[in-house]
Amino acid sequence: MDMAAHAGPKVEVVRRKRANAGRHLAPFLFISPWILGFLFFTLGPLCFSLTMSFFDWPVVGERTFVGLDNYRSMFMEDPQFRESLWITVKFAAIYVPFNIVMSFLLALLLHHATFASGFFRTVFYLPSVISGVALVTIWSWIYSREYGLLNFMLSLVGIDGPNWLGDPNLALVAIIVASLWGLGGTMLILLTGLKAIPKELYEAATVSGVPGWAQMLFITLPMLGPMLIFTFITSIISAFQQLTIALLLTKGGPLGSTYFFAMYIYDNAFKYFDMGYAAAGSWVMFVIVLTLSLVVMRWSAAWVYYEGEVRPVDGDRDA
Amino acid sequence: MRKTVLYAALILLSALFIAPFYWTFMTAVKSTAELYRFPPVLWPSAWHWENFAAAWNKQPFGTYLSNSLIVVVLSTIGQLLSSSLVAFGFARFRFPGRDALFVLLLATMMIPWDVKMIPLYMEFNMLGWINTLKPLIVPAYFADAFFVFLLRQYIMTIPMEIDEAARMDGANSFDIYWRIHLPLVLPALVLVGTFHFMNAWNDYLGPLIFLNDQSKYTLTLGLSMFKGLHEIDVTSIAAITVILCLPPLALFFLAQRYIMDGAVGSSVKG
Repeated sequence: MDMAAHAGPKVEVVRRKRANAGRHLAPFLFISPWILGFLFFTLGPLCFSLTMSFFDWPVVGERTFVGLDNYRSMFMEDPQFRESLWITVKFAAIYVPFNIVMSFLLALLLHHATFASGFFRTVFYLPSVISGVALVTIWSWIYSREYGLLNFMLSLVGIDGPNWLGDPNLALVAIIVASLWGLGGTMLILLTGLKAIPKELYEAATVSGVPGWAQMLFITLPMLGPMLIFTFITSIISAFQQLTIALLLTKGGPLGSTYFFAMYIYDNAFKYFDMGYAAAGSWVMFVIVLTLSLVVMRWSAAWVYYEGEVRPVDGDRDA
Repeated sequence: MRKTVLYAALILLSALFIAPFYWTFMTAVKSTAELYRFPPVLWPSAWHWENFAAAWNKQPFGTYLSNSLIVVVLSTIGQLLSSSLVAFGFARFRFPGRDALFVLLLATMMIPWDVKMIPLYMEFNMLGWINTLKPLIVPAYFADAFFVFLLRQYIMTIPMEIDEAARMDGANSFDIYWRIHLPLVLPALVLVGTFHFMNAWNDYLGPLIFLNDQSKYTLTLGLSMFKGLHEIDVTSIAAITVILCLPPLALFFLAQRYIMDGAVGSSVKG
């Protein structure tokens, strides 16, 4: 604006004004795809689904406003709601810690490997590359009772393998193991975190005679804090969204032992075509995931702050 | 001694990660007789490559493949263009509300897909897009939060002086984006393209919800149908699984350097 004040000829003023307007508009033009996408594919759907959750909303036919009735009957009258939620919580309670601890241990191994580390890194990441149907198909005959790889291995040591996917006590475990096979992404994130820790810290600690376990506890874990939090939160989110594997591997069975909350939502929407009820379920999931994420962030605030002091991560604030 | 234990552990774990792949491949090339032999045959006596063609012809996999390719190619182009445009906008301009909008963009990554799944279905239903490939393609033209974040981190590393010099020479913002930044962030674009390709190629829920006709199916749906219809036809399922794995694996090997470096780059800076 102050440029125009001491601009000389009239033409120059006009040209600058135009350039100025362009400069104000340009950033919004660049980010407009995301803004439109946010409105049409995120904010719109979110508001829409919240509205739907207060309606009796079939795919075709009359919709009636029912207020909180969907939520009320879900919490009070629907045993499948509680059961599927409980299965999802059980899954998350086992999957999340295993995912992080095993990724962390693998990342540690790779971090200390000097020879062929690229090869091993690739091997562990490989299953993540072929997620989805192919991965599930592979697992479906690893677990197969008669010709499965797993039961063959067990037979080598003289164990008569169980029917993994047909036993209500084992099916959930089987799904957890299949899900953990894709931990390569988490492992990569933690590995890069390990690589970013300054070596001098360990050297100084070693010189001062700090034992290995203490270095792990007071250097590695705090320095890796933000990454661990990040993987913790993303693991929780993906645990609650667990659907494809169960849908293809067990279809929720046997005896509903792998009927996840996401499958409950899916069935209400696309099997019973009760969109309002399903939308209410998806909002329950949203609130749970959001609450858990916020709790994790709160709980971790102390040590992430500590990390922020050691290594500033806001170097890109001024662009 | 410590190193020996380390490598023993790595080799053992690698075997655990590779075994399922090996098993699948061997199942695909075995003869029916060897398939059901017990103890299982770990190395087939003859390689039945014709199993692949036989499996492929049991369903219209040619149609599925062309549907998959249409979705993957068109949506990857959209993702690369839109995400890089938005990333450039966030990285190179100061404008009112920029930081708040960027936080909002990051926050959208936390919304479970399930919450959007039902309203998106209704939305596409109203638009008449159900049972077309559009729901699988069009949203990719509106930028993905994770890719925007990744590309922005890369663009930030390009010195501002380059932009200023170009501006002196009369280049406008779009020229700077198109002719300077895009070539410079090519590694990051390869990374985004690869990740998106894999997601789109492996996607199962999207096609499952949005497509009805078999003629519109993608490969992942075709394979899952196989499972339902011919549960006993293990060889064919394995053969299609192997075929389905090949493009992502090939792409992964080609783009490996970028994927590994990219994970390093984005997380260290982020």
